[in-house]
Amino acid sequence: MNVATGKISSVNGNLIRVNFDGAVGQNEVGYARVDDTPLMSEVVRVHGRQADLQVFEDTAGLAVGNTVTFTGRLLSVQLGPGLLGQIYDGLQNPLPRLAEKCGFFLQRGAYIEALDPRALWAFTPTAHPGDCLTAGDTLGTVPEGLFTHRIMVPFDFPGVATVVSMVPPGSYPAGGTVATLRPERGTERDVTMIQTWPVKIPIKAYAERLRPTETLVTKIRTIDTFFPVARGGTYCIPGPFGAGKTVLQQLTSRHAEVDVVVIAACGERAGEVVETLREFPALTDPRTGRSLMERTVIICNTSSMPVAAREASVYTGATLAEYYRQMGLHVLLLADSTSRWAQALREMSGRLEEIPGEEAFPAYLESVIASFYERGGMVRLKDGSTGSVTIGGTVSPAGGNFDEPVTQATLKVVGAFHGLSRARSDARRYPAIDPLDSWSKYPSIIPGDAVDAARQTLRAGHEIGQMMKVVGEEGVTPEEFVTYLKGEYVDNSYLQQDAFHEVDSATGADRQRHVFGVLHLFLKAPLQFPNHEAARRFFHQLTQMTRDWNRQVLNTPEFKEAQHALETMIEESTPDA
Amino acid sequence: MRKTYNRVDDITGSVIHVQAEGVRYRELAQITSRRGSSLGQVIGLREQNVAIQVFAGSRGIATDAEVRFLGHPMRVPFSHALLGRTFNGSMIPRDKGPELRDNLVDIAGPSVNPVKRIIPRHMVRTGIPMIDVFNSLVESQKLPIFARAGEPYNPLLARLALQAEVDVIILGGMGLKHDDYLFFRDTLDESGALSRSVLFIHTASDPVVECLLIPDLSLAVAEQFALQGKRVLVLLSDMTNFADALKEIAITMEQIPSNRGYPGDLYSQLAARYEKAVDFDTAGSITILAVTTMPGDDVTHPVPDNTGYITEGQLYLRGGRIEPFGSLSRLKQNVNGRTRADHRTIMNTMIQLYASFRETLEKQAMGFRLTPWDRKLLKYGDRFEKEMMDLTVNIPLEGALDLGWTILSDCFDPVETGAPSAIVEQFWPKKA
Ligand SMILES: Nc1ncnc2c1ncn2[C@@H]1O[C@H](COP(=O)(O)OP(=O)(O)OP(=O)(O)O)[C@@H](O)[C@H]1O
Ligand SMILES: [Mg+2]
Repeated sequence: MNVATGKISSVNGNLIRVNFDGAVGQNEVGYARVDDTPLMSEVVRVHGRQADLQVFEDTAGLAVGNTVTFTGRLLSVQLGPGLLGQIYDGLQNPLPRLAEKCGFFLQRGAYIEALDPRALWAFTPTAHPGDCLTAGDTLGTVPEGLFTHRIMVPFDFPGVATVVSMVPPGSYPAGGTVATLRPERGTERDVTMIQTWPVKIPIKAYAERLRPTETLVTKIRTIDTFFPVARGGTYCIPGPFGAGKTVLQQLTSRHAEVDVVVIAACGERAGEVVETLREFPALTDPRTGRSLMERTVIICNTSSMPVAAREASVYTGATLAEYYRQMGLHVLLLADSTSRWAQALREMSGRLEEIPGEEAFPAYLESVIASFYERGGMVRLKDGSTGSVTIGGTVSPAGGNFDEPVTQATLKVVGAFHGLSRARSDARRYPAIDPLDSWSKYPSIIPGDAVDAARQTLRAGHEIGQMMKVVGEEGVTPEEFVTYLKGEYVDNSYLQQDAFHEVDSATGADRQRHVFGVLHLFLKAPLQFPNHEAARRFFHQLTQMTRDWNRQVLNTPEFKEAQHALETMIEESTPDA
Repeated sequence: MRKTYNRVDDITGSVIHVQAEGVRYRELAQITSRRGSSLGQVIGLREQNVAIQVFAGSRGIATDAEVRFLGHPMRVPFSHALLGRTFNGSMIPRDKGPELRDNLVDIAGPSVNPVKRIIPRHMVRTGIPMIDVFNSLVESQKLPIFARAGEPYNPLLARLALQAEVDVIILGGMGLKHDDYLFFRDTLDESGALSRSVLFIHTASDPVVECLLIPDLSLAVAEQFALQGKRVLVLLSDMTNFADALKEIAITMEQIPSNRGYPGDLYSQLAARYEKAVDFDTAGSITILAVTTMPGDDVTHPVPDNTGYITEGQLYLRGGRIEPFGSLSRLKQNVNGRTRADHRTIMNTMIQLYASFRETLEKQAMGFRLTPWDRKLLKYGDRFEKEMMDLTVNIPLEGALDLGWTILSDCFDPVETGAPSAIVEQFWPKKA
């Protein structure tokens, strides 16, 4: 291929301007040289014979006149067996192997292949010579941990591919040829277990997109019962700092009922990723009995790593998620935090001297966010099976105020909103998901009318609570006071969940239905008390008993005993019982 | 010998422009004018046009000033000879000691590979119940103190430094009042800690942008000690001054501000420094305690706001006390599960009850009738503030937990606390 070269004419932060000869494309990758080190960069604007590139590395030491070589390729990732369990940076460099090579610190310009082409995999062909296939159809499979990993016709294969030859079953290196395909036009193409795909382009090798209607169980009660997420759906978690966004995502990455989890740590703390990568290998996934790491891929571009790679990291994550979806798997992509990526866009836009929009974010922010969440979805594959990518992104609004461009643009496109409130997190009411502001368009694991009734109690309780701030406790009727306490009770014993308690931190769907059933009956019970103080005492007791119940392992004698005590107590306080 | 240039084209704020060739981005320059000499750093290249940020500011620089490029970025001489010494933001001694030149290491080096970090698990005991019980400090944590100007944050910082068991203390002062600088120095000296400390001091009377290098110098030195296996504590006061220096440069460079004049990369700039806090796999650690003063006592101000998104919690200092609300140590759960079985229960229970106490105070202020429950809360809140929150209290963690149970049992019945029954059974004081 005829690739262009050029010379640097200006350096401004991580933006360089290059005078080039030859042809250069938008989003093409180039390497800027500093001494003998190549720094990976991406073309973000071309005008005339000048290209502007964002450099994915620290630009210290670059000088006017340094050479830049272009590659003719878009920013891409490698797809193939061996991705699961990996820890990559935003550009898909495997961090453990970088550490072997470079030691404690990341070294700029050190790049390592994402997948080892020499790694051996046990390949079983499923296609036969003469078969006519299209992009995304299965050629054969290899076992990857828990899954049957499909080796597919490359997603960029044009038209119909006729299988010319397939290797017999056996052990092959990932980078070796396993099939030869003939396109409708042009020359035959050898296919290996590894294909590359440009991260910013969605993989579309499926039959159709379906509506996300199946609840994705996260085992967080507030979410599954009140503000559910659907497989193939999208949701966001905006909240001020320290309100619990990351803790929620960490819980979800452990407990969510999905096949594969892709964690994109984007511009946040390194320490948080360390927790995941140190703890997951030792944790077992209750669904499979295997290590959690076997179903997880971590993409890690933390806040002190190069800013431009933040954007790449969320796209890298989305591409890996789509790849496993193509195997009929349900994948959850968690991005923390999308605001950091939006800020990276803002930094670049500022250097490009584009006309700024609100809070200096670029005018195209909304469409960029929308097309990212569009990569979520439930699809029917060409073989009839279904797969999904669910996307959950945190948002870190300046000052904790949701009325800002990133939150607003995100709310327009997602299917569920888990808004975290400062008041709740200050009062240690975790998870701090605001039960009155949040919403979801997806179906709950619990029938709608029961949930509505509980929601009603919460709302009414809150209103009475507000009223009491003005008129005092003596200003409300006994019935109103009981409604207030019922609302508090739903909050204290059902919405709140202890993230650090081994039982309470994850409540399965069955248990939620069971507990909610008891709660629902109780909310309907007409309780009467001689005075406010007696009512309060009763609810204190009830709350403590329910919390104790939440800490018992499901269906153990202790669990049943706790439930019985609770039911007895409620019965005794219902007047007509 | 490197070429020198004698024509400055443009002088704005602390940034000057010269025409030069072969200059590298971020390299240092020595700028000599009639008023003296200062270091500067290359912050922009456009064809032959080089923008240099002059650390001592541009005051007195004339168009014929001499500019000499040094061919390397900012470096710091690292050795044990640094211990006990004090330098300014350009690495010039502030004490009477000699200049150091050996073993130069780059500042603002690359980030640690996340897989070389370990999960921090060592609690740093401070003797302050509001920290030890409610927001345990953990080795390698990055934790700012949010306070309004005038709060005693520097004494708190000094106390934490002396009470924490660390090998090396590094103080980075930015816009420090001269008195505060002397206070730190004398406090470290009197307690015998000065000989294991290094001070990088920029005072309020120094040129504003000279404080920009303080965090990088402090952290580069800290990193070297940590790589030698030392536990290093870095104190940074006041990071708001650092952010304001960034703002000043951004405005000079005509960058489009994102929020109240601060540049859009404020988050990344602060994160690059705070993320130097680390617990190395097979080496030492860096813990960062910083001060962030809140202009107008407003946490949503861009500096505290961006800081909160970066650090592992924060301590609010208000009215001379560490506020229970808002204050948070995000690493506390790494350590407080292995101190004493009742630690988490005391932590959660006492805070939730204190929140109810605050509500009762509001009720009282509105003139509502107080219920018996309210009266219990008032009694509780009063004791909590006097016996736990007051900064003069200095007791070990276990003593503070016992005190917690005493206060609870003096004020409430067990069920009213909402504490798990099993813990209550074990720890609730038996009344004689
Ligand atoms: N569900 C929970 N249960 C108990 N504690 C929690 C919970 N959620 C959050 N916390 C506490 O709050 C702290 C901060 O939470 P987290 O790190 O998730 O905040 P965040 O919203 O991601 O903040 P930032 O935007 O700064 O990253 C945690 O370290 C923990 O101490
Ligand atoms: Mg977070």
